[in-house]
Amino acid sequence: MSDTWTVVVGVGVATIGIKALGPMLLGGRPLPERVTGVVALLSPALLAALVAVNTLGGDQELVLDARVPGVLAAAVAIRLKAPVLIVVVVAAVVTAGIRAVTG
Amino acid sequence: MSEPAREERSHRDGVRAVAPLAIAVVGFGISYGVLARAAGMGVLAPIVMSMTTFAGSAQFAAASILDVGGTVAAAITAAVLLNARYGPIGVTVAPWLTGSAWSRFLHAQLTVDESWAIAAEGDGRYNPRVLLGAGVTLYAAWVVGTVLGVAFGDVIGDPSTWGLDAAFPALFLALLVPQLRGRRAKEAAVLGAGIALVLTPFTPAGVPIIAAAGACLLGLLDRPTPRADGGSAT
Repeated sequence: MSDTWTVVVGVGVATIGIKALGPMLLGGRPLPERVTGVVALLSPALLAALVAVNTLGGDQELVLDARVPGVLAAAVAIRLKAPVLIVVVVAAVVTAGIRAVTG
Repeated sequence: MSEPAREERSHRDGVRAVAPLAIAVVGFGISYGVLARAAGMGVLAPIVMSMTTFAGSAQFAAASILDVGGTVAAAITAAVLLNARYGPIGVTVAPWLTGSAWSRFLHAQLTVDESWAIAAEGDGRYNPRVLLGAGVTLYAAWVVGTVLGVAFGDVIGDPSTWGLDAAFPALFLALLVPQLRGRRAKEAAVLGAGIALVLTPFTPAGVPIIAAAGACLLGLLDRPTPRADGGSAT
């Protein structure tokens, strides 16, 4: 098997397994009471990490680039209770605009 | 925000909510197809990878490592680290997936960052219909984008020219804000973001986000809600 196909199969099998693990082992049952409070905090913790890394993350470094004003503009739109569609479009337009101007 | 007679969201609501992101996902699918071909992965392998792995950042990482002549082990390790977050993410949705084993497996495979975020209903609740609707839409967008990229090459240029890379954090932020009810949720968000940012310069990609999941342990500081005493057998 070529390197490419080894990677495709290896990553595919691993990812399918990781994604399946929780729902296959724990699916459809309420979590023990002690764990519920902890799992409920996974959502804000992971979402906030995704916001941070997708806004400021580079190749093993933190970078301030045109994404930052885009996401700040999105934050203003969220504050003004704009629908998610508008929030996403605002971020893309501001970021694209700044990149067009600054080259 | 917490109107009692809230309508149950359906599959279609998931499709509708994720539609703007699906456009960005097609764009990134195209650039993945282009990068994968340039990396010498051929025509079929990138498409099969999008259909099976269905996780953008991991696929980009694997392709770029192959592109610079990295080892198979390095490519697989990077991709697995990037996808490790789907372990805890799977735990958050698991209690709400009440169908058969096949149905749970299908929902699990369609759980990616965006479908997961959109399916959240606050207080740790997830809507499996929204998850499925959004997940199928994103899957189609990712696979179609990959095929377009592999077949037609660089038709849109770099997606970041269009600001599409800012669309994802904006979505995550829009979906995070309604979840910040209560002090612990705010603390977990701040701690999670802080852990991720502090680790970014020092660890391989993917590790900062999986480490940020540790912020949920703040929940251990709270005692479980006390039940009415008197030893009622419930």
